Amino acid sequence: MHKSKTVVVGGGLLGMTIAYGLALKGQQVCVLDEGDSAFRASRGNFGLIWVQSKGYGMTPYAHWTRQAAALWPELAGKLLADTGINVHLRQNGGYQLCLSQAELTEEVHRLQWLESALGDYPFEVLEPNELQKRLPRIGPDVVGACFSPMDGHVNPLKLFSALHHACQARGVHVLHNYAVDGIEAFGNDFLITSNARELRCEQLILAAGLGNKTLGAHLGHDVPVAPSRGQILITERIEPFLDIPTSTVRQTDEGTVQLGDSAESVGFDDRTSTAVIADIADRAVRSFPCLANVNLVRAWGALRVMTPDGGPIYQELSHAPGAHLVSCHSGVTLAAMHALRLAPSIATGTALPELASFGLGRFSANAEVHHAH
Amino acid sequence: MPTESLFTPLAKAQSWVTIDYEGHQLKVPQGVSIAAALLASGVRHSRTTPVQGANRAPFCMMGVCFECLVEVDGVPNRQGCMTLVSDGLRVRRQLGARKLAPLCAEGDCDEN
Amino acid sequence: MKTKAVDLLIIGAGPAGMSAAVEARNNGLSVLVLDEQPGPGGQIYRNISNTDAQRSQILGADYSHGRHLAQAFLASDIEYVAQASAWQVTDQKQVHYLHQGQSRVAQGQRLLIATGAYERPMPIPGWTLPGVMTAGAGQILLKSAAVVPAGPVVLAGCGPLLYLLAVQYLQAGISLAALVDTSRHSDVLSGLRHIPKALKGWPDLQKGLSLLATLRKAKVKHYRGATALRIEGSAHAEALSFSSRGDEYRIACNLVMLHQGVVPNTQISWSLRLQHHWQNDQLCWQAERNAWGETSTSGIFIAGDGGSIGGAMAAQAQGRIAALAIACQLGRLDSSSRDKLVKPYRKALHRCMAARPLIDSLYRPRNENRIPEDNVIVCRCEEVTAGTVRSHVRLGCLGPNQIKAFSRCGMGPCQGRQCGLTVTEIIAASGNVSASEVGYYRIRAPLKPITLKQLAQQPNKNLNQELS
Repeated sequence: MHKSKTVVVGGGLLGMTIAYGLALKGQQVCVLDEGDSAFRASRGNFGLIWVQSKGYGMTPYAHWTRQAAALWPELAGKLLADTGINVHLRQNGGYQLCLSQAELTEEVHRLQWLESALGDYPFEVLEPNELQKRLPRIGPDVVGACFSPMDGHVNPLKLFSALHHACQARGVHVLHNYAVDGIEAFGNDFLITSNARELRCEQLILAAGLGNKTLGAHLGHDVPVAPSRGQILITERIEPFLDIPTSTVRQTDEGTVQLGDSAESVGFDDRTSTAVIADIADRAVRSFPCLANVNLVRAWGALRVMTPDGGPIYQELSHAPGAHLVSCHSGVTLAAMHALRLAPSIATGTALPELASFGLGRFSANAEVHHAH
Repeated sequence: MPTESLFTPLAKAQSWVTIDYEGHQLKVPQGVSIAAALLASGVRHSRTTPVQGANRAPFCMMGVCFECLVEVDGVPNRQGCMTLVSDGLRVRRQLGARKLAPLCAEGDCDEN
Repeated sequence: MKTKAVDLLIIGAGPAGMSAAVEARNNGLSVLVLDEQPGPGGQIYRNISNTDAQRSQILGADYSHGRHLAQAFLASDIEYVAQASAWQVTDQKQVHYLHQGQSRVAQGQRLLIATGAYERPMPIPGWTLPGVMTAGAGQILLKSAAVVPAGPVVLAGCGPLLYLLAVQYLQAGISLAALVDTSRHSDVLSGLRHIPKALKGWPDLQKGLSLLATLRKAKVKHYRGATALRIEGSAHAEALSFSSRGDEYRIACNLVMLHQGVVPNTQISWSLRLQHHWQNDQLCWQAERNAWGETSTSGIFIAGDGGSIGGAMAAQAQGRIAALAIACQLGRLDSSSRDKLVKPYRKALHRCMAARPLIDSLYRPRNENRIPEDNVIVCRCEEVTAGTVRSHVRLGCLGPNQIKAFSRCGMGPCQGRQCGLTVTEIIAASGNVSASEVGYYRIRAPLKPITLKQLAQQPNKNLNQELS
């Protein structure tokens, strides 16, 4: 039977990020990944490193997100050094474009709440005239925007590729087509079974996205994650026109334009729906009329891993010490914290005090539910 | 534009239209696709790729491969094999990635 | 924009779509046919309604045969929308299509996908150069625009269409620099096993033999068993080099037409997530169908080469068969009438398919022309090489979707049509697993180009309410 010090279940963005962080600490890591057709939340990501309005009503999440954005250059640098892959990190800020006064009011309200909760929280509210100067191609339907210098973006495909190469370079062992069907605590070890194969480890990290619900149940815990479908559109390559991302329209370094930010509760259905993609296109064209005649190349749906309050879950399982649960839907934004803070704390067994706010315990109390994307 | 054409019409067409290709007036048979018209007029390549800037020409002629992309009446990235010629049509090579229409003073940047 | 609800909605007006439409209409069904070309016929009978005598003579009797079907199709009161490209198809049997610059929606009680085939990609060194195109493209230029090569042309690859085009070009007085044939003697021998079964399909085989005889008589330079094909040139094609029976050749030419068979166009069936299987004799994906052409989603049918490659006559029979089954499902025909009416079509289909195993075996494309060396571009849109695909396989990518996410292979406007089969086969060969284990790209809407404005102005955002 194979034995590994640490096993990470889940080879998506989250799992690979944590595996990389553990490997940076010299830990021997094995990642278990599913096959080509697995539900992959990573595929639905928008490439944003997004701070503005995250953690509304949940101060620790706001702090955590800001720290993540601040740590990102270090992660990008390490990946570049390890793999030569430039993940195209740009942190020049980001816009939330509002197409109605109600949207703008709501957005400003959230940012003001965060400003009062955090103290230093830079953002600007921009009138159409000012916005026009900064984003000359903005459309007349945009009634205003919020700008935060804390935001940014990366190329998510290059990030994913860099993580895989970096993990390979640092000796992380990835087992593919390894859908876990059982986990048992066995003394100080965990016994993981998958289709008649067995694997033992001392330390276990559950980073299997929506799969964490079942995996947590194997170890006696209820993990409150549910799918939230996001649909994403991508256009053909066009000349660079938008250097700074908005929360719904973002141009990649390759020239394609990503459009999205829908959220629906439709169970495990990752197909697209015509009504939603038409709305996304409509919003994009109203935001940037120059996109009207641009061709759509693909539309797809992906299932976000949503918790009841939208915040991440970090929890060493009380029924299974040595097993750590990690669930979140902001795998890109939080990547630097996962690789450079969370993973080291798991590797060294020194709990980070901030993590106390992100445990499972918060869901047993009747906590107020907020959805800040 | 190379003068030596790889293709030629089988017989004299019954009716012709004139299209503008990169500023050249091309007399082409009515009812054919832009891609066919360009091939028969000696156009060797009708686009360059966005990634490496390589020359490409129509390849499948049935709408599958997207190698025949051209700019038609100011609209970039149209499939030349799926669009029929008409008198006065303006066609340009699709050079690399799509360009956006220049910004107007009024800020209305919609294309056509 | 009013939503159309018809008994039978057909995508494609080729032989399968037209004959299904005619049969369904004869049985009292309302029929709507959407097709992306300006006139009916599909690729095989492309431009059939406008072809003059000279071209008919060049193209031959098999092509002219389509005229009767097209006439019957156009004469009946079938609703037919030309230049309509289906960009999204739902399992509720709705088809979203672009017509005259606007997105529209059609709804069928039953849906028949009759989107035919396209040519198998032939990724050899230099295949992206201007001056290289498919043999099918050459034939479409002849059929649709009466345009033919001005100077000597090289035809390379294998399969009946390659020989047919060679003969058609001879008829048109075009000079053939060479026919570089990649099929080989051993293929002929392995094909012999199928002969007894194939005798029923003798007419098809005879046609093939007579094409070859015509080429021989015309003294066309026919190089057999060609390997190591490579198109030379930097800005455009300058020569084709290859080996044949131990000798090296280099033929200077500016125009090379490649062909190694056709494969079902499975874009719609994959986008619907219908069940597919890898057909190893034809080296392609086929949607699962029952004897009536019904797929794994009830009420959705496939007929013709879009299901499995059988040619125009098989497609017509399949179209009839599917239409009869649909008429029966919708209560216009009882099952005993259906079973009686279907007999001649089943017989015709059986006859058409009899020679298939032999043809598949004779013209099985070589591994080297499907699973290329590292430096060959496989994804023409994003310019991704076979080597890049393999490097990601080594990194642990198990399937085409992971390859796509890592390399952008298949992410361009052609939506994987030109690289999908190659990528599946490269992964399979690298990992020594079967193509069916590897799987295929997840095909997504839009299946055809649509602009954001057209999508945003999508008429039926709440289609279901409108229909009920």
